[in-house]
Amino acid sequence: MAEATEHLVKSFDTDLKRLRDMLTEMGGIVESQLVMASAAVMNRDNEAATRAVADDPKVDALEHEVEQFVIRMLALRQPMAVDLRQVVAALKVTGDLERIGDYAANVAKRSIVLGQFNLPYSLTGLGHMASLVQEQLKSIIDALGSSDTAKALEVWRSDQVVDDIYNALFRELITYMMEDPRNITPCTHLLFIAKNLERIGDHATNIAETIYYAVEGEVIPDIRPKGTSAAYAVVRPKD
Amino acid sequence: MSMTTESTQQNASFGNIQARATSTMNPAKIAIRNLDFFYGDHRALKAIALDLPERQVTGMIGPSGCGKSTLLRVLNRMYDLYPGQRATGEAMMDDMNIIDPKIDLNALRARVGMVFQKPTPFPMTIFENIAFGVKLHEKLSKSAMDERVEWSLTRTALWGEVKDRLHSSAMGLSGGQQQRLCIARTIAVRPDVILLDEPTSALDPISTLKIEELIDELKHDFTIAIVTHNMQQAARCADQVAFFYLGEMVECAPAAQIFTSPKQKRTQEYVTGRFG
Repeated sequence: MAEATEHLVKSFDTDLKRLRDMLTEMGGIVESQLVMASAAVMNRDNEAATRAVADDPKVDALEHEVEQFVIRMLALRQPMAVDLRQVVAALKVTGDLERIGDYAANVAKRSIVLGQFNLPYSLTGLGHMASLVQEQLKSIIDALGSSDTAKALEVWRSDQVVDDIYNALFRELITYMMEDPRNITPCTHLLFIAKNLERIGDHATNIAETIYYAVEGEVIPDIRPKGTSAAYAVVRPKD
Repeated sequence: MSMTTESTQQNASFGNIQARATSTMNPAKIAIRNLDFFYGDHRALKAIALDLPERQVTGMIGPSGCGKSTLLRVLNRMYDLYPGQRATGEAMMDDMNIIDPKIDLNALRARVGMVFQKPTPFPMTIFENIAFGVKLHEKLSKSAMDERVEWSLTRTALWGEVKDRLHSSAMGLSGGQQQRLCIARTIAVRPDVILLDEPTSALDPISTLKIEELIDELKHDFTIAIVTHNMQQAARCADQVAFFYLGEMVECAPAAQIFTSPKQKRTQEYVTGRFG
């Protein structure tokens, strides 16, 4: 049902293709931003961090371009049904991608600060989370390019794992901070990094919902499993 | 974590559109069941089933020759004028089957009025255009007739424009005014149902908007069916939209659903301009 036959007005198809290409390009940039930002944290790679931050204006510019193009299409083409859903979806997805780019850039910036500290603990958990989120992002951008709802649903369901790791990391980092106040600065940065990654996962989930609606014309039928509220837990030092 | 809640809310907001769209249809004023129509041997309508909800607007869309105008013609028995044309099945308005050959056609046409694509004012005065139909059905005193004419013209937003020239010829009005006069003439006999066959396709955009505004206003009192080639018009005016193709009613759903998430592939192809 997604892309039936061609429009009687050919330039409409050209417009829709251009919209899709812009989103794919934007997706490619934020995907590589996230790869670089993760490498910056895990490998203490300052050069990668700088490149991730430097890409951000490109993403912002593309978001602006997509917005303008969507407004133009709504005004001039007055799309209906699946076309309307695709055009509105593009507007939503471009916002999600822009946020993802921001979070990736923020992770990269924090990695530069982290470089000034000795970290006496393992970053395995964070590394695991980063690779899961990278995978989510890659899948959702593929799903976006191919209107693949099965793949979108897979990403939508997988977000729970990321949330769980985030909650475990939260507890772990708080423990380090309680052990030694000198850990507070690096651990706070690590906590923000974990939070940013978790938010990237959430935006990937949003994109999954948007893809599903654009293609099927209805919302995802089942309710996503919700995690515990562990991250809101209060941890008190013993007297 | 907070995003989880936000995304559920977002989900819900899509859901609400659909919930609203499906929950607001009134009971049927006309219930069409298993309706076939023939031009001689040609079967132009095939087993149509459709409800026209009371005091709401049903839009009928579809490519030329799909049967939508034919259906309107059935609903006030226009086809009786032409030998060789016949309908079978049911079109129940209250307890009366509209296509029953025994019903009183004049009474039917007083209850089901029709307005056509090109404005068709009678070559008489504005006042007479409206009074003419009323006189056929009711004996009104002069003051009651004056009142009825004023009421009709007010309801169609014409009164202010023509009150000083009620007794000049209707042919001097602009196209948009003439079309509103035809609607005024239709409602003057206080029908239950108004059928509009492409009522704005001969009008300029502003006159078109005035007619659409009028439809919105009139649906508080009348059940309305409108055939239109302009999909945006159906989207703007109709509560429910029926899509016709090759004599079949392919899909009927609330307008918001037809234009955002039609269920049938052919509807989708038609409303997105991918037909053929």
